[in-house]
Amino acid sequence: MRISGLKTGFAVALTGFVALAAGGWKYAEGAQSVTLLNVSYDATREFYQSINDAFAADYLKKTGTQVTIQQSHGGSGKQALSVVNGLQADVVTLGLAWDIDAIERAGLLKHGWQAKFPDNSAPYTSTIAFLVRKGNPKHIHDWKDLLQPGVQVIAANPKSSGAARWVFLGLWGAVGGAKTYDLSTKEGLAASITDGNAAKDFPIYKNAAALAAVTALYKHVPVLDTGGRGATVTFAQKQIGDVLVNWENELYLATDEFGKDKFDIVYPSTSVLAEPPVAVVDSIVDKKGTRAVATAYLDYLYTPDAQDLAAQYHYRPRNIDIYKKYETTLPPVKLFTVDQAFGGWPRTQKTFFADGGVFDQIYKPTK
Amino acid sequence: MAGARKVIPGFRLTLGYTLFYLSLLVLIPLAALVLKTTQLSWSEFVATITDPVVVAAYQLTFGAAALAAIVNGLFGLIVAWVLVREPFPGRRYFDALIDFPFALPTAVAGITFSNLYLTDGWIGGFGDHAVTFLNGLAGHFGHPNALSAGALSWLDFPYSNTNTGIVIVLIFVGFPFVVRSVQPVLQEWDPQYEQAAYSLGASGATTFRRVIFPEIFPAWLSGVALAFARAIGEYGSVIFIASNIPGKSQIVPLQIVTKLDEFEPAQATAIGVVLLFFSLLILLGINGIETWSRRRSQAAV
Repeated sequence: MRISGLKTGFAVALTGFVALAAGGWKYAEGAQSVTLLNVSYDATREFYQSINDAFAADYLKKTGTQVTIQQSHGGSGKQALSVVNGLQADVVTLGLAWDIDAIERAGLLKHGWQAKFPDNSAPYTSTIAFLVRKGNPKHIHDWKDLLQPGVQVIAANPKSSGAARWVFLGLWGAVGGAKTYDLSTKEGLAASITDGNAAKDFPIYKNAAALAAVTALYKHVPVLDTGGRGATVTFAQKQIGDVLVNWENELYLATDEFGKDKFDIVYPSTSVLAEPPVAVVDSIVDKKGTRAVATAYLDYLYTPDAQDLAAQYHYRPRNIDIYKKYETTLPPVKLFTVDQAFGGWPRTQKTFFADGGVFDQIYKPTK
Repeated sequence: MAGARKVIPGFRLTLGYTLFYLSLLVLIPLAALVLKTTQLSWSEFVATITDPVVVAAYQLTFGAAALAAIVNGLFGLIVAWVLVREPFPGRRYFDALIDFPFALPTAVAGITFSNLYLTDGWIGGFGDHAVTFLNGLAGHFGHPNALSAGALSWLDFPYSNTNTGIVIVLIFVGFPFVVRSVQPVLQEWDPQYEQAAYSLGASGATTFRRVIFPEIFPAWLSGVALAFARAIGEYGSVIFIASNIPGKSQIVPLQIVTKLDEFEPAQATAIGVVLLFFSLLILLGINGIETWSRRRSQAAV
């Protein structure tokens, strides 16, 4: 009796399981539902939560397909490494082009990925600015003020954080006198791209004042967090330091999260145009058969709706009409680009951040 | 030996299983680790592991772990003694609390300690908080500024983002090992030996040093060794409380993570291999002392 009861139970369970599996299979076969994984960096967490909802609704309306987008966030370099090591990302939306280059070098992306989408594959941009305690007690208005005696600066480690590399380049370019443009105009953008393509050598690398400034900066850094978000927490929550140097949108997030009455955002006179790029990971979408959705997802970032959303999350939209709407909260800053001032990421990486580069030299223990 | 009865049936099977299991979990990963470093040439390997920043990280990791192990050795012994020998109300609850650092995710320990020891944290700013509180109390009696602002600043312990902070979290994560190693030996300890020592006129200190301590020494040492080994590998809690400045306050595991961030996995494993080598060396040394002392105490009996 008991044994047959058990058998019956087994049979029922098995039938149920098979039915369930078959149903799931059929569901997938009808392509009614797709799951994408977007591997991104620290500062985009909140932005992509909104984008994903908006895109899923839009895509469902247009194609009748339900898209679920999973997100993964962390230091940009670490995220790229996870993808190289097998994290099945359909799309990557990282902090800087160098990190996506690393995925390309691992053979997961085709060469020329940065030309696949408009504007260097960076649908929104950002810049580096300062966050100070309310009333700006240490009178920090520009890059050189970070180096005043007694000023504690919170910045992340450029070895592991995309934001921190932009910070490094922002200071270097500002002190080294990089040529700046008004990138909120079409003419400014075009001029910067033309100059970048025309430039043959980049004397800014040999600028002694810039080297001295960068060397001095890290003497003012009491805590070197591994990621940009960690630096924000150190400054805003743990109350360490006099000024946070970070992504512009991260500064707004800190004021939104921890109180507008506590901090002021300060824009330096010149800064760097930070271009966080996006890419479809070729080898993974081809394997999973998600290329069309993944491409649609990244294309969506360029639509007016998404551009507007980007601006709401304090990213600088590429769409100039939408940017004009937000000009009061994202004030125009004279900017230089990595391509035009430094000749692109491979050169920058090799000189500044690679093993034995300028950053390593700064921290060589002197004995 | 030929006629010895086998305790575990199927000796070959069980031995085979043991070796297989150990290979899968320990030997093969270790071999893979060493193999990965062969991607580097010898000079690259040497350059990686002798880089001053990396050397500073070794010094910090081993130094902080050793300090934490010593503190744990001293206070773990006291705690174990009190828990076994001095009955007090609620002893069983305190006894259960000892294992807490085992159960708690180290990241939780990291953020907790790091917040406590911040400049205005509960412990970090204890003196200043106490001044505020006492002045508030005195204010009711008409003396709102009874104490000057910095009067109790010697009670501030702002150790977040310092290397002292690292030692504090390492003490926390290694604490149970010493207590849990010494406790059973103390529990089985027959007080008649110590009573014999007393009756022969030995003082309390001499009795402890000559009679009790030699007995618990091997267990105590292995507890210290475990606490030390645990501290060397600790990552989660340390990065929260350390300031992570290269050459000053970066631990070896963070160096490894940094190398991975730079897309240099071979260099990362090279540093890992050195860490492994030193850890093995130290554990072997401690094991040696333990065996030696056990033999010596057996010879004495």
